[in-house]
Amino acid sequence: MSVLDDLAVKAGDDDVVCGMPARFVAAPASAREAAALIAAARDLTVVIRGGGTRLQQGPPPRDLDLIIDTRRMAGVVEHAAGDLITVVRAGTPMAELHRLPGQQLALDAPAGATAGGTVAANTSGPRRLRYGTARDLLIGITVVRPDGRIAKSGGKVVKNVAGYDLGKLYTGSFGTLGLITECVFRLHPVPVTTAVVRATAAPTHVAAVLSAQLAPSAIEINAAPGAEPEIAVLLEGTPAGVRDRAATLARLLGGDVTTEPPSWWDTPPDPPGGLALKLTATLSRVPDLVAAAVGAGLTVRGSAGTGVLYAGAPAGADTVAEVVASVRAAATAAGGHAVVLSAPDGTRDGLDMWGPVPGLDLMRRVKERFDPDHRFAPGRFVGGI
Amino acid sequence: MSGIDALAARIRADLGPDQVLTDRQQLRTYECDGLAHYKVIPALVALPRTAAQAAAVVRACAAAGVPFVARGSGTGLSGGALPHADGVLIVTSQLRDILEMRPADERAVVQPGVINLQVTQAATPHGYYYAPDPSSQQICSIGGNVAENSGGAHCLKYGFTTNHVTALEVVTPDGELVRLGGAAPDVPGYDLVGAFVGSEGTLGVATEVTVRLTRLPETVRTLLAAFHGTDQAGAATSAIIAAGVVPAAIEMMDALSIEAAEAAVHCGYPAGAGAVLVVELDGPSAEVDAQFDEVTALCEKNGAFEIRVAADDTERQLIWRGRKSAFAAVGRISPDYIVQDGVIPRTALPEVLRRITEVASSQGVRVANVFHAGDGNLHPLVLFDDRVPGEAERAETVSGAILDLCIEYGGSITGEHGVGVDKARYMPRMFSDTDLDTMQLVRCAFDPDGLANPGKVFPTPRLCGERPGRRQGAFEHEGAEVF
Ligand SMILES: Cc1cc2nc3c(=O)[nH]c(=O)nc-3n(C[C@H](O)[C@H](O)[C@H](O)COP(=O)(O)OP(=O)(O)OC[C@H]3O[C@@H](n4cnc5c(N)ncnc54)[C@H](O)[C@@H]3O)c2cc1C
Ligand SMILES: Cc1cc2nc3c(=O)[nH]c(=O)nc-3n(C[C@H](O)[C@H](O)[C@H](O)COP(=O)(O)OP(=O)(O)OC[C@H]3O[C@@H](n4cnc5c(N)ncnc54)[C@H](O)[C@@H]3O)c2cc1C
Repeated sequence: MSVLDDLAVKAGDDDVVCGMPARFVAAPASAREAAALIAAARDLTVVIRGGGTRLQQGPPPRDLDLIIDTRRMAGVVEHAAGDLITVVRAGTPMAELHRLPGQQLALDAPAGATAGGTVAANTSGPRRLRYGTARDLLIGITVVRPDGRIAKSGGKVVKNVAGYDLGKLYTGSFGTLGLITECVFRLHPVPVTTAVVRATAAPTHVAAVLSAQLAPSAIEINAAPGAEPEIAVLLEGTPAGVRDRAATLARLLGGDVTTEPPSWWDTPPDPPGGLALKLTATLSRVPDLVAAAVGAGLTVRGSAGTGVLYAGAPAGADTVAEVVASVRAAATAAGGHAVVLSAPDGTRDGLDMWGPVPGLDLMRRVKERFDPDHRFAPGRFVGGI
Repeated sequence: MSGIDALAARIRADLGPDQVLTDRQQLRTYECDGLAHYKVIPALVALPRTAAQAAAVVRACAAAGVPFVARGSGTGLSGGALPHADGVLIVTSQLRDILEMRPADERAVVQPGVINLQVTQAATPHGYYYAPDPSSQQICSIGGNVAENSGGAHCLKYGFTTNHVTALEVVTPDGELVRLGGAAPDVPGYDLVGAFVGSEGTLGVATEVTVRLTRLPETVRTLLAAFHGTDQAGAATSAIIAAGVVPAAIEMMDALSIEAAEAAVHCGYPAGAGAVLVVELDGPSAEVDAQFDEVTALCEKNGAFEIRVAADDTERQLIWRGRKSAFAAVGRISPDYIVQDGVIPRTALPEVLRRITEVASSQGVRVANVFHAGDGNLHPLVLFDDRVPGEAERAETVSGAILDLCIEYGGSITGEHGVGVDKARYMPRMFSDTDLDTMQLVRCAFDPDGLANPGKVFPTPRLCGERPGRRQGAFEHEGAEVF
C-alpha cells in the first residue's frame, strides 16, 4: 500500500462525481507514477478526472474509492512544427494546444478541458465539419491499463497502419478502459483569414450550404421555441478566397458577413439543474430532428452540417422522462441517437441516459478483457459498463 | 468423411453447391494475394452471396474449430489474405452490390466485394465521390480497404479509410451478425468501427460497409515540378506545408522510378530530372487559384527547373499516369523487386533517403523511390534479379534495413499495406510486449479462439483463455520498482 500512501490523500468536499463522494484523491505526476498507483489500487474503484468541466455529466459511478486527477501530468512533450504533430501529456489544458506557434489542434473544447478528457469524452465543437473529431486527429496514444501496465498504439506519424488502432477505442471511452497518459495529435495551420456569415434562416437551408462549393469549416444553427432560427457559417482560408466565398454565401442565405461568431456559438444549452442532451441525425433528417426537439420545448444548437446537435431546457422534473422519450424517438427516426448529458436532480435514476446502443455485447466483452473487475468508472458508460 | 469434407458438406447445404470450391485446381487460384511469394492452398473456398450466408460459413467454422480467412480482390501487399492450409477462405466476390446511395446524407451503403472505384462512379452523377483512393482502386474491394485501412495519394488532405467508414455489419468469429456504428456520427459506446478498420481480417468478416461520400471539389489543379534531386524536391514539399497549404496530394518520384515509368508508360516527364513532384490542389476556385500561385513560387524557389501545369483533365491524367504506374513499371528495369512500405516524419526525408542509398549501395542493390511525400509514406522499390545467387537475400536485407530506419526516425513499418504475414516479425521492433498484448485484448474480446485470420499481424498469439484475474504474478506491475 506504500504507493497509495505516498500518492493518495483523503478526498475533500469537492471530490464528488454525480453525487457519489470519493474516499481518496491522487494526482500522479507521470505515467510511471500513475501506473504504479493503478497497480497498487487494484482493490479500489476509480474515476479519472481531467479538467472536471463535465465530470458531473452522465450517470453516477456505482461505487467510488479513488479519483485520479490528471492535471499534474501536463505539458507539451514535443511540437514538431515541420511534421504538424504534437505529443502532449493527458492533463495538458486544451487551451494551450489551440495556440501553438503558427499551428493549432483544431478540436474545440470548453474552457478548462484537458487533452485527455477531451479524447476520453470525444468532445467536439463547430469545426468538426472541416477538421473531424478526436478520432480523426489523434494519431498515437499511451494508456495505463486497469491492471497497471503501460501500453501504447499508433505513433508520431499521421499515416500508420501497424497494429490495431487503440486510440479509436480509447476515444470516447469515458475512463472505463483505464487512464490516458499521453496523446499524439495531428495539427493544422492556423488559417490566414476567417469570416462568419450569419443569417436568420431555418435549418432546411443547411443542405444548400453543404452542396454549394464553399468548403465551410463549420455550419452551426440555433433554434428555440418562439424564436427565429439562425444559421452561422465559418469560412477559413486565403484573404481573397474567404472574401469571395463569404459574399456568395451571404447572398445564398440572405445574411451578413461578420468577423465574430454569434454569442451562442459552441455553447451547448446546459441550464443549471436542467436537462441537456446530445442529439444526432443523418444529414437529411437534421431539420426534422430540430423541429421535434424545439416542439418538445428544447433549445437546440450545434453542427447541423455534420448532424450533431445539443439540446437543453430548464425542464421541470415532472416532464423529463416524456421529453427524453419523445426526442429519443425523433432521433432514432432520424437515424441517430439521443444521449442525456445531464438531468435535473431526482430524475436520473429512472433515465436511460445513453439510450440503445448497437454492438453492446461486443462492448461488454471488450470491457471484460480490459477491466475484468469493473473498477474503472463502473456504471458510468453504455449498458451499465 | 474427413473434418474438411464434413465442413464442406455443411457449408454446401447452407450456401449453394456452386458456392463452395474444393477442387485443388480451383483452390490454387486463391493461393496468394498481391504478395505472390507467400503461397498456401486453402482447404476450402466459400463464396457467400449474402451476409447471412457469410455468417453461416463462419458459424460452421466456429463449430468445427476451423480457421477462416476473408478475401476481397486479393490485391493486398502484405499477405493478409494468404489462406490457411487447413482453413476456409471466404471470398467476397459475390457480394458486389451498392445497397444505398444517399448523397443528401453524404453516405453510401455497400457490400464488401464492391470495388473502390465503383463507389465513386456511382456517386459522381450526384456530385459526390468516395475519397480514399488507393492506386489499386480499379480492382481492390471496399472490404479489403476496411481491413487494411487503405490510403491513397489524396489521403494527405482527406484522410484514410478509417475516416470515411461510419458503420459496419460484421460477422463476429462466432458467426453472429452484428451492426457497429451508424449512419449518423458519434454513436454512443466504444468506437468498435474504429477498432475493426485496419484489423486485417482478424476480428471478423465485414459484410456491409457504410461510407462517407465527399462533395466533388469545384476545382482541381495539378502541377508537375522537376528538380535536380530529391533533396530539393523534399525542401519544396516542406516549404509548401510550412506555408500552411494543405494540398490534396504531394507525390515524389526519384530518378530511377522516373526512368522506369518512362520505359513503361512514356509519361514524358522532363528530361534530366533527378526527382519530380506531383502537387494537386482542390477546393473552391477562389482558394485554389491563390494557393496554386504560392505552390508554384515555392517549387521555383526550391530549385524546380521545369514546372508543368495541367491545362485540362487529359493533361492531369498524363501527369498522374507516371506516378500511378510506378510499381508495375519497375518491372521494366528489373526482373524482380520488393515493394516496401514504411513511414517517417516528413522532415526526416532527405536524411533517410541518404541512408537508404548507403544501405543499398553497401549491398550492391538498387532502390527506386516513390513516395507520398506529403505524409512521409515511403514506397522504396528494392530491385533484384532472382537468378543471381544471393541477390534476393541482399534485397531482403536492404528492405528490412529500410524498416529499421523508419522505426529509428520515429515512424512506422507500414503506412498502408498492412502487417499481414509479411511484417508480423517486425512488430516487436515497433511495439513492446505489453503494447502487443493490449491490442490482443481486443482480439480476445472478438475472437477468443483465434479463428479469424490467425498468424497475421501479431508475431505471437495471445492465449485468451485465462481471464486476466486479480493478483496474478504475471500481471505484477513493471513500473513498481520506481518506488
Ligand atoms: C457523459 C458525457 C457525455 C459528454 N458528451 C459530450 C459530447 O458529446 N460532446 C462534447 O463536446 N462534450 C461532451 N462531454 C463533455 C466533455 O466531457 C468536456 O467537454 C471536456 O472535453 C472534458 O474535458 P475535461 O478535461 O474537463 O474532462 P472531465 O470533465 O474531467 O472528464 C470527462 C470524462 O473523461 C474521463 N477522463 C478525463 N481524463 C481522462 C484521462 N486522462 N484518461 C481517461 N479518462 C479520462 C473522465 O473520467 C470523464 O468520464 C460529455 C461529458 C460526459 C461526462
Ligand atoms: C498495384 C497496387 C497498388 C496498390 N496501391 C495501394 C495504395 O495506394 N494504398 C493502399 O493502401 N494500398 C494499396 N495497395 C494494396 C491493396 O490494394 C489494398 O490493401 C487493398 O485494400 C486490398 O483490397 P483487396 O480487396 O484486394 O483485399 P485482399 O487482398 O483480398 O485482402 C486484404 C486483407 O483484408 C482482409 N479482408 C478482405 N475482405 C474482408 C472483409 N470483407 N472483412 C474482413 N476482412 C477482409 C483479408 O483477410 C486481408 O487480410 C496496392 C496494391 C497493388 C497490387
